[in-house]
Amino acid sequence: MTEQKNPCCTGSNPGYAELDTYIDALKIDPRDPERKEMLIMTLHKAQSIFGYLPSEVQKYVANKFSIPHADVSGVISFYNYFHTTPKGKTNISICMGTACYVNGSDKILQDFEKALGIKSGGVTEDGRFSIESLRCVGACGLAPVVLINDHVYGKVKQGQAEKIIEQYLIEFGEEVEVQ
Amino acid sequence: MITLTIDGQEVSVPEGTTVLQAAEKLHMKIPTLCYLSLEQIHYKNQVASCRVCVVEVEGRRNLAPACATPVVPGMKVITNSKRVLSARRKNLELIISNHPFTCLTCLKSTECELQTMAWEYDVQVKYPNGERMRHKKDHSSAALFRDPDKCIMCRRCETMCNEVQTVGALTAFGRGFATIVAPAEKNEIVDSPCVYCGQCVSVCPTGALIGHSYVNQTWSALFDKTKKVVVQVAPAVRVALGEEFGYPAGEIVTGKMAAGLRRLGFDAVFDTTFGADLTIIEEGTEIIERVTKNENLPILTSCCPGWINFIRYYYPSLEWMPSTTKSPQQMTGAIIKSYYAEKMGWDPKDIVVVSVMPCIAKKYEASLPNQEVNGIRDVDYSITTRELAKMLKEGSIDLRYIPEEDFDSPLGESTGAGIIFGSAGGVLEAALRTVYEKVTGETLENVDFVALRGIDGAHEATIDLGEKQIRVAAVSGLGNARQILDKVVSGEEKYDVIEIMACPGGCINGGGQPYAKERDKVLKARMEAIYQIDKTDTLRKSHENPEIIALYDTFLGEPGGHKAHDLLHVKNFDESVMGEWEHD
Repeated sequence: MTEQKNPCCTGSNPGYAELDTYIDALKIDPRDPERKEMLIMTLHKAQSIFGYLPSEVQKYVANKFSIPHADVSGVISFYNYFHTTPKGKTNISICMGTACYVNGSDKILQDFEKALGIKSGGVTEDGRFSIESLRCVGACGLAPVVLINDHVYGKVKQGQAEKIIEQYLIEFGEEVEVQ
Repeated sequence: MITLTIDGQEVSVPEGTTVLQAAEKLHMKIPTLCYLSLEQIHYKNQVASCRVCVVEVEGRRNLAPACATPVVPGMKVITNSKRVLSARRKNLELIISNHPFTCLTCLKSTECELQTMAWEYDVQVKYPNGERMRHKKDHSSAALFRDPDKCIMCRRCETMCNEVQTVGALTAFGRGFATIVAPAEKNEIVDSPCVYCGQCVSVCPTGALIGHSYVNQTWSALFDKTKKVVVQVAPAVRVALGEEFGYPAGEIVTGKMAAGLRRLGFDAVFDTTFGADLTIIEEGTEIIERVTKNENLPILTSCCPGWINFIRYYYPSLEWMPSTTKSPQQMTGAIIKSYYAEKMGWDPKDIVVVSVMPCIAKKYEASLPNQEVNGIRDVDYSITTRELAKMLKEGSIDLRYIPEEDFDSPLGESTGAGIIFGSAGGVLEAALRTVYEKVTGETLENVDFVALRGIDGAHEATIDLGEKQIRVAAVSGLGNARQILDKVVSGEEKYDVIEIMACPGGCINGGGQPYAKERDKVLKARMEAIYQIDKTDTLRKSHENPEIIALYDTFLGEPGGHKAHDLLHVKNFDESVMGEWEHD
């Protein structure tokens, strides 16, 4: 690594030591053509450590595996689960699975987008909120489902988005005007 | 052996053969877009993604891709039923429905495999109204142009880049319809470890990957009355250019090419082979110094810019290994704008040097900040063999019907040693012809170092220099280069001199050469032609080139001397990396 642009992943970040321990235990042989099979689980681990997978982490993993950065980037781009930009402190995931979708989750998504002024996949400027859409979370009985961090909101109705966001704003210690 | 029938004809093939290969044995051409096999250079793309090679196999419900279906005993294959032909047409239509309809202005037009196949299959698609890919075109480098909208996801470039060249600049990014073949994180090519070898261009079936054209700039220079426009042509161009005019592969068109260039209006027509001879004098001096002192070994050749990029990206700690000499293209440019300019009384600022190269990376090299002398660019534009053919045709010049002419003097004089730079192993062989005589003081009677020649992999030899024996190797293809460098780094192998060429087989197989349908045969013919020219040359050692001798006597002074260093060696390596790609 020559240049570290991102504060999340400077060389001094203890996350690298943790990632190293994990990768070293895999005993990767740079001549083994099958070594890439361990890439996805390593990326899982890296994302759990750093929260996301910026260039620096990608290159770090690529180096450890003796594979091109392009290979790592390609794998990350294939899976929805991996993301290369940090999420907001409060991450709002709206389910776009079939059951949720037919129950109007696209409208719910629009509600959240409008309330926060960002598009799906984006993060608010202050880094407090991010929105993304995901596929079925396995709670179709509760459709449409919104997942905020680890909390599940079921049968969400149009117009509720702002109320839900307000709860989190209060958590952030912000005074909210009660309408 | 396994026996099967294809369209009623029986054929026996070894186990593991595909239906496609079995059909080839019967001289049946099953169309392919993604599949490509180049045995000589160990390239095989077999992703079965385009589905235009589908065939019917009796007893199977679905059509099978011939390229990836192994034969089984008693198999009955039908390649031309109504179902097969309409499926192929439908698959082609689907590919084309997501392809720009800009054939008229596409640089690949008439050489595009998709275009040809659409014509062969009488594809009738109206201008499609459906959703289409829209990606940014990548103009970021001076050498390679990417237009991802034209990509049909055949993955040939990826196989070439990642498996044969082991550069790993490309990946399939994203999923489904939005997938795009691009560098990591969808970066521009300048921000990737691309070395610009152009081998991806040579396998791309469409115009998605192509060399930047400098044809218009060259015409503009030729039409500018205030400019003196001087052209230089690389050794490997003369054995391939004829293919564009209907000659068989390997036809030597040196004289016709020189005549054609003169008719295009160039003020002087020179030979990069002169620069190759000059390279040998400078590089040879460096080799002799490092070998006799037995320090800083091995010394690696530096005339291939694709290879120089590769070592800089992947083996930065070995940067001291390559010779500091510039490449023949840059040397020839530098001498034209100094020695020749002085001779002619021209102001170097009024001279435009155009090089004709079998190469994409030469465009990149010509654009590097450190390839100039006192602010005067060594080479202004580098065009490929293909681009020259285009210019000649545009200028109503048919090589077949023009009489041969000679290059101009003095940079038109060359030796067989300079010529063989065009084929893998040639630079090393040329260097040895000179180094041997300089070190031993004896005349080298048999100048043919046959053991170093060949298209595939690595060749090595031990050369007796009297007091000292040196171990040398010639390697082509960057995957092979990686193998030998790893051995050098680990200490497993020791060499004194190593030649490395980025393209498998060397410049005859460069990314700027005419597209070859039967590449394996074509490469062999081009290589034989190169050695044929060498064999029939009266001068076959660079140091015997009378114009090179005159250049040192009247202008440069000593080989490796002060003036030679100013003009012919790379000074600041650090400046020569463009873009922001960082190695780890």
